[in-house]
Order: sequence, then structure tokens, then C-alpha cells
Amino acid sequence: MTHVKPKFAMYWAASCGGCEIAVLNTHEKILDVDANFDVVFWPVAMDAKYKDVEAMEDGSILLTLFNGGIRNDENEHIAKLLRQKSKILVAFGSCACEGCIPGLANLSPVGEIVHTAFNTISTDNPHEIYPRTSYDVPEGELHIPKLEKTLRPLDHVVDVDYFMPGCPPESHQIAAVLDLVIDVLHGRATLPPKGSTIGVGNSTVCDECPRARNVKAIKEFKRIQDIAPADPDLCLLEQGIPCNGPATCSGCNARCPQAGAQCIGCYGPAQGVTDYGARLITAFASVIDAKEPEEIDRILDGIPDPTGQMYRFSLPASPLKANREAFKAK
Amino acid sequence: MTDQFEPTIIGFTCNWCSYRAADLAGTARMKYAPNVRLIRLMCSGRLDPTFVLRALSGGADGVMITGCHPGECHYIEQNYKALRRFLLLKRVLTGLGIEPERVKLVWASAAEGAKFAAETTAFVEEIRKLGPLCWGKDEDGRMKDDEDIGNSSIKIHPSSFEKEVPA
Repeated sequence: MTHVKPKFAMYWAASCGGCEIAVLNTHEKILDVDANFDVVFWPVAMDAKYKDVEAMEDGSILLTLFNGGIRNDENEHIAKLLRQKSKILVAFGSCACEGCIPGLANLSPVGEIVHTAFNTISTDNPHEIYPRTSYDVPEGELHIPKLEKTLRPLDHVVDVDYFMPGCPPESHQIAAVLDLVIDVLHGRATLPPKGSTIGVGNSTVCDECPRARNVKAIKEFKRIQDIAPADPDLCLLEQGIPCNGPATCSGCNARCPQAGAQCIGCYGPAQGVTDYGARLITAFASVIDAKEPEEIDRILDGIPDPTGQMYRFSLPASPLKANREAFKAK
Repeated sequence: MTDQFEPTIIGFTCNWCSYRAADLAGTARMKYAPNVRLIRLMCSGRLDPTFVLRALSGGADGVMITGCHPGECHYIEQNYKALRRFLLLKRVLTGLGIEPERVKLVWASAAEGAKFAAETTAFVEEIRKLGPLCWGKDEDGRMKDDEDIGNSSIKIHPSSFEKEVPA
């Protein structure tokens, strides 16, 4: 009797493909995946049909890494299908965990998004042709997926076993998680509790950041490109650059601040934080050095897009989820 | 019974001043709008903006934050933090299509029962004019998602994945 390898799947919904690149960036670790798993479904890497997945037995895929948010009815269908077929479903990357950059589309009604994409300065569309969800051709009726009103994180649609944040998750974290799953397969380790966030640290980006931190008293917020040059050794927030480190989960080794750019929060909320944006509001409000409302407002004017700053990666996972107009859209 | 819209207001009060003001309004039998549900915190500085966002997403039409007057905070200057959070939160709410007037900040000392009552009534009338918020519901009043709002973002970090983090 030959040994049957456990099955592995990876899927992308509303995402950019960066998560797949990050998996490939684990270099030779990818060979371990091949050695230990039978890759049955991975649209980016190999040919497969949805009907092949539908034909599989329920729970027959051991591990599914699902990246991307749920933006249309195809995403939702595949999310539910893969949930049914998988033993372990991982929300892989920021999009699946909390919506990420595609989730910022929740700031606009869906009609406006389609209009911007198909009929504004970037697209020459004199006959006002818009995509239709179904179309009759001689061979029959063709369908394309229907956009939903808002983008939802994976766990708003199906039950999720583990969350692995990051845009994309750092390759050393992916390698560590793959190692762990392989260890579990060989009986050398046990899985963490269901619902855990994996591949992260247990603190904030600030804790991993080597920059010097003193007392913060901010009199002015400035964009990083307007400071020339920023002090390479001093906390960016202290220099008045809105850095999202205080609210963001560690795990990336503070990559952006080490490279001279502010943290933008792709690793999502730190341990114990239920709403990322609210934590960041608290953090920024604590460091502003002003007591008069007019003076505070003047300082806050230095953050040109407060909603985008606070919810760059996490809007669909926040309590409010979207702009009010997006819910009203027809 | 009238068909008048009755707003649901969540009010956060601080233990030392504004809750006492509400208490005073009550013991002095002052009349004010019954729409506000008060939640007592030790200090307005304890007010995590999450509380406001959860209230609004969970069905509140407005949120009233109250605290000690500037300079009179029992924790020295936490009410200034509340003020700064409030001003920043209003900007974020505006970006999400929520009228910033739905969140109000009131300073009330323990002696200002009358002010507390008057401010509450005025706020209820203001929200009544703005109309229901009905967060997350479409025009037919149905919820967009089936899931309980917000709960899904609570995640556990397991010790088995903890990394050594420099102190």
C-alpha cells in the first residue's frame, strides 16, 4: 500500500496575488510542501476546475490557505465550497483576515466603483458599456460574478480555523507555519487552539522597532515626504509622521520603520485589540501635545485622510465595516 | 403613542463628575429626555473609541460622552485625552458617512445636574432631527451580514506561536 499524502489547496479571492508570491518566497521550503502534500487546487500555480473540487469528499483537503476578501458571489461560493472540503481553513493574508486594501472600496457605493473603473478618465467608454452579469451568446448564456455591496473578510462568510495576517505575510512566518503543520503531520507538535492568529508576534510593531523612543509630544503631523530627511534613529511618530506601529501586531520585524518608512498597519490589530482604528485613534490622541480644541484641530489637519489612515487594512473587519452609502447601494 | 422617532442614545459618564451630575438631576427630579442609556466609566479618559463604534454599529443613533471640566479631571488630564480622541473620532466617522454631530462631548461637574439634563434633552432633539442611523442595514432595513457585528474581529493569540520579543 502506498502512502497517500494529505491534500493542500490555496485560493485567491479579492486579492492582488502578493500572498502567492510570498509563499514562493519561502524558497526551498516550497519543496517541503510538495514533499509532504498533494497540491490539489491552486489556481495561480496549476490548472484545476471548480467541478474537480466539488467532486472531492467533504473534509478531504487537510490544509487550505485562503487569501483575498469576499467581493463577489464567486468568491463567496468558493469560500463555502473550500470550507466544506477542508479540515483546516486558514484566512491567509490581510485581505482574508480583515479586508486589506481592496476593503477600502467599502468607502464607496458599488455603482460608483463600477463607474470609476469603466467610465472615467482612465477608460475611454463613449457608448457607456458596462459589464452585465449574464449575456446570451449562440452557445448559451454566459455569466460573470456579481459584485456585492461590500467586501467582507473570510470569517464573515464561513467559519475560519486560523488567521494569518500580513500584506503579504512575511516569508519567514509562512515557513515557520509550514514547518509547524508538517511537524503536526509527523506527530511532533500539536495545532494551536482554533481561532488563533498564527505567524505573528505577541506585541506591537513598536516593540520590534529599533528606533529610539522618548516622550512623544506632537505639535504637528507631517507626511514623510515633507520631512527631508527624517532622523533615521528616532521614532517616526515622535517626528510627527503618522506611524501605525502602536496599534499593529508584531511579526514583521518592523520592516517598514527599519527601511525609513512609517508602519502602515498591514499586520492588523495587536493582541487584545478588537478594533484597529479605535486603537490607533487612542494612540495618536495620546501623543498630541495640545489642550485647546482649536489647536488640536489644527494638528489633526496634518492627517489628510483620517479614515484611510485608521482603517487602511481593516475597514471591513471594523465594527462599522463600510461607509453608510455603500450599504444603501442598489 | 405617536409615530415620532425616538432615538437610542448611549451616554458615557465619568464616575467623579458627570455621573454625579446625572445623579443630581435624578435626585432633584429634573425632567430630561429618557432616550439616553448611561454607562459609567471611571474617567472619560477610559473611553476607548471602540465603545462608540460598537454602540453606533449595534443600533445606537447617537453617543454622548461626558466628563469633568478641563482642568478638573480626577486623573489630572485624562479628559484632555478624551477631547483629542473625540475630535479625531469625529473626523473618522465623517469619512464613513456618519454625521459627526451624532457624537457629542459634554463637560459637566457634579454640581451641574441642570446642565446635564438640558444638554441631554438638546442632544436627543438634535438626533431626532438627523433621523435613525440604522447602521449596516440597507434601505429595506435588512442587515447586510448575518453575523453579529464586530465579534468576529476578536482573535486569540496562542502561546504556542509566541515569539521572543525584546522588551
